[in-house]
Amino acid sequence: MGRHPWLSVLWTAARTPRGAAGLALASVIVLIAVAGPFVASKPPDALLTLPFAKPSGQFPLGGDFLGRDVLSRVLNGGWALLLMALAATTIGIAIGAAAGMSAAYLRGRSDSLIMRTVDVILAFPQLVFALLLVSLLGPKLWLIVLAVGLTHAPAVARVIRSATLDVSERDYVKVVELQGMRPVKVMTSEILPNLISPLMVEAGLRLTYSIVIMAGLAFLGFGQAPPAANWGLMINENRSGLPLNPWAVIVPAVLIALLTIGTNTFTDAIARVTIGVDRRPEEAVLLDELTPGQPR
Amino acid sequence: MAIATAPAERAVPGRNEHPLLVLTARRLAIGVLTLFLVSVIVFLATEVLPGNAAFAVLGRSANPARLHALERQLHLDQSVLAQYWTWLSGLFTGKLGTSLANGEPVWGLVEPRLINSAVLVFAAGLFGAVVGVALGAIAALRKDSVFDHVSSVAALTVTSLPEFVVAITLIILFSTVVSHLLPAVSLLPPGTYAWSQPELLILPVATLVIVIVPYIFRMMRAAMIEALESDYVEMARLKGVPEWRIVLVHALPNAIAPTIQVIGLNFLYLAGGVVVVEYVFNFPGIGQALVFAVNNRDIPVIQFIVVALAAFYVVMNIVTDVVALLVTPRRRIAR
Repeated sequence: MGRHPWLSVLWTAARTPRGAAGLALASVIVLIAVAGPFVASKPPDALLTLPFAKPSGQFPLGGDFLGRDVLSRVLNGGWALLLMALAATTIGIAIGAAAGMSAAYLRGRSDSLIMRTVDVILAFPQLVFALLLVSLLGPKLWLIVLAVGLTHAPAVARVIRSATLDVSERDYVKVVELQGMRPVKVMTSEILPNLISPLMVEAGLRLTYSIVIMAGLAFLGFGQAPPAANWGLMINENRSGLPLNPWAVIVPAVLIALLTIGTNTFTDAIARVTIGVDRRPEEAVLLDELTPGQPR
Repeated sequence: MAIATAPAERAVPGRNEHPLLVLTARRLAIGVLTLFLVSVIVFLATEVLPGNAAFAVLGRSANPARLHALERQLHLDQSVLAQYWTWLSGLFTGKLGTSLANGEPVWGLVEPRLINSAVLVFAAGLFGAVVGVALGAIAALRKDSVFDHVSSVAALTVTSLPEFVVAITLIILFSTVVSHLLPAVSLLPPGTYAWSQPELLILPVATLVIVIVPYIFRMMRAAMIEALESDYVEMARLKGVPEWRIVLVHALPNAIAPTIQVIGLNFLYLAGGVVVVEYVFNFPGIGQALVFAVNNRDIPVIQFIVVALAAFYVVMNIVTDVVALLVTPRRRIAR
């Protein structure tokens, strides 16, 4: 086809009904988040109306707990969340893929060392690990991105390790090995291109989880500090006013929900077109490990 | 132990060990090692890495006298190894030090919260497992039916939702905007446990169940479909085994094994999920305590809760592995 294999996977997935629905949903929310700050008609931090004011012509979504315009805050409150989630996903996939490939390809002591490290990091719930780091160094945004990315890595490493074990046994890998290619080169030029499917599915999954965790941390008060507009933070700030102006909570909650549903549905479509079954790679790893009669 | 219980089968002692025992022993060893490393990481991170924990706690209000007093309280004047030993032995003897936020002993602060969180996690884990396994098995048996399609799409949708969005939705539906059937906050008087007012548990447990069921459902469905299409099920069918027996005796046990792993993984998720859910509902558990402690930089409390959550995960991991093996018929037999 001549098209880049990564793009061709995305294209195929986007043309399935599920993929199209997921992509459309996610795109709409991304558009709101990215274009929002430019179309917001009022400053997000200005006190313009009464606290928890009901929606009116001038303030279509009413006021928040301080009397700021909810619509303007919604339009301003997505981009940072999105950016942080993307950055954490990139870090997690990069570290996880490198660790998983090295473990499977180098085997022996490197494998045990990497996989034991994976076990140790997995013992911390992702959110708790992020909270631990935040408690030490303060709620700095780069730290939160790093913490979330780092806690993605072990799960990615497990999936990529199991995929690499399979690929590294193939003949074309054996051939270049016999020709004396260095391990790092074998991994980057021969093995990596064959990990496109699990990597793309993992990237989609981790992006969804990143959004969930980032929004959760913001909700707990460990993301952007007030008075920043942030969908997660908005839900927490305004939930005491639910009986007065529920829109200040419902709209950011729905936007977060639609975004994660969109990314997750599109990821599911990628999994269906690449792996061929509706099973996530992490589930497939579990099934293989326990399916009777298979060598480990 | 095996030799004592089954002497007749042990003609050659020490050889031909039952794989289950070997695996359990190996998992235990790895678990202990993992926990040891976790404790080292938590300790080093909180005590050594940021330069000086006492300075981190006091922040701008630090002056030499207060710094010095706090250093003694945190044992920062000892060597790193001695500090670690004091802390580690405290974990086992309950001498966890005193909270930096209010000066109370850490154990007295977290003990009722540990129990409340345990009630929450096990109630959610149990309900979630039962609902997920049942729905997954039904969907697999009626593959490609309307129920299967609807439940699969619903599972995919719900999997994507952050737990606080689920919690807020339940609060909107059941305790504020739409109706007032259930309390929006699970405030408990100090010193009382969660089961004294079960209605306060409903929304937090429901939130966690809704979040974990899709994972268990998906795994159970996939594993059950695989089992139903296997050779041994076909063999049983050809032999004329009744369908209910094929499902319950042949397919279900083999499908539950990998699902139990996912149920176990969900307990890890629950260990993190309780943090947000307890915070939303003001439920007095360790998750809420962790959020407060992080806000106050209450290092002894943070250390204990993080290690407790990690220990819970490691133990659950071993338990799931062993249970998964026990229910996999072909893996039980010594080879």
